Amino acid sequence: MSEPTSSAVPVEVAQRLAGQSGRKYWKSLGELTHDADFSARLTEHVRREFPSQVEILADPVQRRTFLQLMGASLALAGISSCTRQPDEHILPYAKTPEALIPGRPLYFATAMPWASGAIGLLVESHMGRPTKIEGNPDHVASHGATDLFSQASVLDLYDPDRSTTTVRNGRGSTWDELVASLGPDLEAQKLKGGAGLRILSGTLNSPTLAAQLNEVLAMFPKARWVQCEPVNRDNQRLGALMSFAEDVAPRFDLSRAEVIVSLECDLLANGPESVRLARAWADRRRSAAGMNRMYAVESTPTGTGSLADHRLALAPSGIDRIARAIAQAVGVDVGAAGGAQLGGEEQSFVAALVKDLKAQAGKSLVVAGEPLSPQVHALVNAINVKLGNVGKTLHFAEPAAPVSVEQLASLKRLSEEMARREVEILVILEANPVYDAPADCEFVAAMQQVPLRVHFGTREDETGVLCHWHVPASHFLETWSDARAFDGSLSIVQPLIAPLYATKSAHEFVSLLAGKPGASGYDTLREAWKARMGAPADFEARWQRALHDGFLADSAVRTREVSLKKFDAGAASVTPTGELELALRPDPSLHDGRFANNGWLQEVPKPVSKLTWDNALYLSPQTAADLDVESGDVVEVTHAGRKLKVAVWVQPGQARGSATLHMGFGRTHAGKLGNGPGFNAFALRNSAMPWGGPATIARSGETYKLACAQEHHDMDAMGFERDLVRESTPAAFARGEYGAPHLHAKPAESAAGAGHGEKPGHAEGALITQYPAYKYEGYAWGMVIDLSTCVGCNACVVACQAENNIPIVGKEQVARGRELHWIRIDRYFTGAAHNPRVVFQPIVCMQCENAPCEVVCPVGATVHGPEGLNDMVYNRCIGTKYCSNNCPYKVRRFNFLLYSDFTTPSLKLQRNPDVSVRSRGVMEKCTYCVQRISQARIDAKREDRAIRDGDVVTACQQVCPAQAITFGDINDKNSVVHRQKALPHNYGLLTELNTAPRTTYLSRVSNPNADIPQVAGS
Amino acid sequence: MSANLPPSPAGRTPVIGPGHDVGSIIDKISSIVLTRDIARGWFLLLSITGMGVLMLGTSIAWLLIRGVGIWGINEPVAWGFDIINFVWWIGIGHAGTLISAILLLLRQEWRTSINRFSEAMTLFAVMCAGMYPALHVGRPWLAFWLFPLPNTMSMWPQFRSPLLWDVFAVSTYATVSALFWYVGLIPDFATLRDKAQNKVGKVIFGMAAMGWRGATRHWDRYEVAYLLLAGLATPLVVSVHTVVSFDFAVSVIPGWHATIMPPYFVAGAVYSGFAMVLTLMLPVRAAYRLHDFITLRHIENMGKIMLATGLIVAYGYTMELFFGWYSGTLAEGFMVKNRVMGAAATAYAALIFCNIITPQLLWFKKVRVNLWLMFVISIIVNIGMWLERYVIVVTCLERDFLPSAWGDFHPTVWDWSMFIGSICFFVFMMLLFIRFIPMIPIFEMRALIPKSQAGARAGQAGSSSTSTPH
Repeated sequence: MSEPTSSAVPVEVAQRLAGQSGRKYWKSLGELTHDADFSARLTEHVRREFPSQVEILADPVQRRTFLQLMGASLALAGISSCTRQPDEHILPYAKTPEALIPGRPLYFATAMPWASGAIGLLVESHMGRPTKIEGNPDHVASHGATDLFSQASVLDLYDPDRSTTTVRNGRGSTWDELVASLGPDLEAQKLKGGAGLRILSGTLNSPTLAAQLNEVLAMFPKARWVQCEPVNRDNQRLGALMSFAEDVAPRFDLSRAEVIVSLECDLLANGPESVRLARAWADRRRSAAGMNRMYAVESTPTGTGSLADHRLALAPSGIDRIARAIAQAVGVDVGAAGGAQLGGEEQSFVAALVKDLKAQAGKSLVVAGEPLSPQVHALVNAINVKLGNVGKTLHFAEPAAPVSVEQLASLKRLSEEMARREVEILVILEANPVYDAPADCEFVAAMQQVPLRVHFGTREDETGVLCHWHVPASHFLETWSDARAFDGSLSIVQPLIAPLYATKSAHEFVSLLAGKPGASGYDTLREAWKARMGAPADFEARWQRALHDGFLADSAVRTREVSLKKFDAGAASVTPTGELELALRPDPSLHDGRFANNGWLQEVPKPVSKLTWDNALYLSPQTAADLDVESGDVVEVTHAGRKLKVAVWVQPGQARGSATLHMGFGRTHAGKLGNGPGFNAFALRNSAMPWGGPATIARSGETYKLACAQEHHDMDAMGFERDLVRESTPAAFARGEYGAPHLHAKPAESAAGAGHGEKPGHAEGALITQYPAYKYEGYAWGMVIDLSTCVGCNACVVACQAENNIPIVGKEQVARGRELHWIRIDRYFTGAAHNPRVVFQPIVCMQCENAPCEVVCPVGATVHGPEGLNDMVYNRCIGTKYCSNNCPYKVRRFNFLLYSDFTTPSLKLQRNPDVSVRSRGVMEKCTYCVQRISQARIDAKREDRAIRDGDVVTACQQVCPAQAITFGDINDKNSVVHRQKALPHNYGLLTELNTAPRTTYLSRVSNPNADIPQVAGS
Repeated sequence: MSANLPPSPAGRTPVIGPGHDVGSIIDKISSIVLTRDIARGWFLLLSITGMGVLMLGTSIAWLLIRGVGIWGINEPVAWGFDIINFVWWIGIGHAGTLISAILLLLRQEWRTSINRFSEAMTLFAVMCAGMYPALHVGRPWLAFWLFPLPNTMSMWPQFRSPLLWDVFAVSTYATVSALFWYVGLIPDFATLRDKAQNKVGKVIFGMAAMGWRGATRHWDRYEVAYLLLAGLATPLVVSVHTVVSFDFAVSVIPGWHATIMPPYFVAGAVYSGFAMVLTLMLPVRAAYRLHDFITLRHIENMGKIMLATGLIVAYGYTMELFFGWYSGTLAEGFMVKNRVMGAAATAYAALIFCNIITPQLLWFKKVRVNLWLMFVISIIVNIGMWLERYVIVVTCLERDFLPSAWGDFHPTVWDWSMFIGSICFFVFMMLLFIRFIPMIPIFEMRALIPKSQAGARAGQAGSSSTSTPH
């Protein structure tokens, strides 16, 4: 007969009790069983529930206090039956911190580290919370604008899935435990000179960190430090070594280039390095006179290709041929085998292009993208030298990274060392090789041979979970550090907030390796800077100056002269017969996957495909037809002996015979948002051909649902797209043709700007009406978007999301057409499907003067302001959705469900306090950043003046690298926006409806080469 | 032919079958209500539709918990089944008022036996319809802001919005319909009170009869009130669907923005209303053996009205196509192209088949007196009218001005559960109505007897071959 207790008490407890003699008191079953895991389990439990308390729990002295408090609060919770709030002190602002006015944001300069060069930022801080990122106008890489990664990085700071505590073997631990535990191991290594120590990091961008690591290497002379990032400049580096016999990186000066040839390079819309390039390029595209001309040859449609005056879609091997043909034509010695045979269309394209290049010798520029081979990079260097461009449109200098190495090769070597068990301690610094190392490195298997693995990173990612130790890293907005911009300028990374969790900066972590575990990042940085400046007497002043500016003036690395060496250009790569060419490329939204858990970036539609929440294998329509697959079909790709099942996306503009897969998706330990979406391209990657190569594709019969934010429709389905997206050329401009039939009708009026000037405050194109027009006496806000310069980079979309507290909705909701972005960048294709022209058209609220939405709202939740804004009164909105139906531009967005996160505490910190957070059932839309207008009005009133042109900058306008957006008072005759609206190619959308939109567009003016026949329209 | 029966010329089927006197009419109609038996078929149907009502309740609860995102609506199609069903149900409600008010004023006495039934149908249809505008808003708990309630903030609704006109039109319509229906019921409640055997029935019907004693003064007041209400209700027949059509006509969306909308909507509403009356009445007539009160003449007349309104609707469709071309605007032209040949072509073709082609059969008398054919046609017209609203609401929004903003609408399970649930609710209420309230006005039928008998005699004298099966 079993005893009554046996069912309630586990067997082990009964056994343990049976072994006891005498009376014992126990508090819990865990204690009773002396379960070795109990304390660890408790720690783990606390780590999950109360991350900030783990430090206390793991510290033997404080643990008692903690347990007392826990017990007390539990008891009190039982007594009072309600949550006991922790004791907090309320301190009055008896002494206000300098410059801080509650309710007014402060801006601090900092920089976002990036492999190819940091970008300087100004971060908006509300009462100590960084909420919004802007570009630093004085910073050489920013000029006040940013890319979408910098914009979205503030969300990473508040990501609830960030790791919050040190983790040892999957259980919560502390920094102190790590210090205590790692000490003896490092001591042991010291005796061996560090022969078993390897440090793996991404591309190091911080000179101070590099100095610290060198210090560590000095202590451990036989140790090795490996830098590897999946997106690197290995090919560019090797190309430079071939052509110039030295490791130099090009620096482009697009402002001086009349002809730009971009070979498989998303020059204008790819990460922080594109910000200044897009600006310089766009400055040459704003007026029909003196336009530069851009040619693009690429396999995958990109923003750059879309903006090019001529684009050729070719598989990577074809681009290789084009580069060789250009080289031959401009007189570069390509060697016996280095030439290339071209097809008919390619030949005429190259002939016209070379003619243009030669005509503009010294004012032209050829750029090769990283995926092209080192030989092509060398050839392109040679082309630029031959054309006399070096020193004019491009310069060469030492790369921005303090230590430049061949990254993938060194990673491969590290894998081999680990597999041979030569590595005893592996320290991984903010890198995720388990996820992103090329598959042939077999990194996981090799890494598991290492007896001690320490991971330092912002999240417990794929690598973190496989390491013995995981140390949480601070976000760059919590960190003191420095970084080099693309030109080597020293930028300061300044924290905007104290670390939210028990995290450490990379400097603090490396100090631990250097035997100085307590050193603070701030001190380390200051010491390093002091030393670098030569410890001047006025160091404090100069430091403060640099801190204020965000960078150290005149710290750019000097450019150097290069001389062309003779090199072997090798043979042209051959298109594999019967196979496709797989191209692995960094994702336009997630880069290499580091942003995978960033909802803003997951949801932002990719520039050309408009896919969200997924990557997919891009195939051209013809290739898809050849393979008999369509979008959403799952195929099995075989490349370099590895297979991957991936969904197909039929992409007009993709080169025939090529297949592009973006990296950064298919993660397993990124976080709640990043785990799952898409397909892991790294599973196919081979370190011998990291950017892809021959591949075969087999249908699998499965399908996969992809969420696209803009459906494909017949290009000329309606027949009036040409009126919506107007295009012109300098030649047409001279003839008075600005892009649309009905603009031709009144060239005289438009040219004089009279049509606008006579009706102050009235948008162009208002039709005749029997009602007297409302007179906008004061300000009349208006916007102009220049289609000639919009590169579709999405920075404005994310900026708007950050500024206006726009929630993400998730893949399933995007697939239903419910995304909430206030700006959408419409993409139109024209011309043949295999190589269409792509036009981007950012659509914000038009703020119609005769707004169709206003009259139909039954509760007056959307009303017209006296300055012409179409205001939304969220509190009044009951959600009939009638306004959205009646909006001809469909710019209104509806909270069909509760999309805003009202519960996650960390996400609340990001919100802009000047903008309400919308709940379920409420309509929302672009308001021209009315909160910024109000702020400017308050400032102006306080100074007893009118709002000046430029006082109000909308979030989208501020962030735009190409400065395609202009905003201001159209009643002010001197304002930029007024002058833009008077331009002959200014037009409104759907003005025939008499909506009188305040947002207007400038026709896209492109500068085609007359020698190249335009691809005929459909 | 009898000279004292102008509305019932010789050769027509009389509106009451032969052999009825005052007593038999009272007994026949009141017995349906006063019986203690529960018919098995009735109970089965009530159970099935009752489950449908529960499904409706569940759908509404989930809607309130989660939000309108449980439906398939999106950007750009922000209205879906909610507004389709709203317009459809409101349209169905039109037959009741038309039959009771306009036909009363026009002295079409054949209406008598079907008016109560169709008025009840109107009420329940308006309930179904009224549910949607209240629930389709994003924050239904604030739907009362649609009413001009005085408040300290002086916040009024925005009177230029057609949605607000809708609120007034539908609420007025619901009120007048309910009053009209109830006033017409008072003498019959008195009859039931007098005939009821049990106490409960006596009390309930007694209270409902409001002290009706059948005095001359009562009848006098009653006649005046009823006529006045009929006069009030008459403009509503035209106004309600006109206002509903303004939701579309006032907007700028191609396919919505058309002056043809109001007349075309009104005709469509009457069309669908009569179709629904037939759909419901034919089975009820068979089940309760009401052949003497709802005769082939009624059915044939309803067929004629359907044919007439169906032709107006067909004219509306033709004009839509014509103006798509005639307007010369690309967006309007594309709307027509999209409808006829584009993404919406399937729905549009089905709509033309249901609403224009099928009803042409009603030109033939043989079809109009064939109960089965009439039943099938009425159902096809009901489907067709639903499709019409689908084509107007959804396909116009799917493809409007900017191709980049186009989208597609896919209904979810909650769209369907709420739609089917509302149909169940409607049938459920109708079942309760026919069981507990005299579905044919007893006193009005009584009033018809002298004329009817005269007509029947005249018919016999004229050796009419028509006879009603008993």
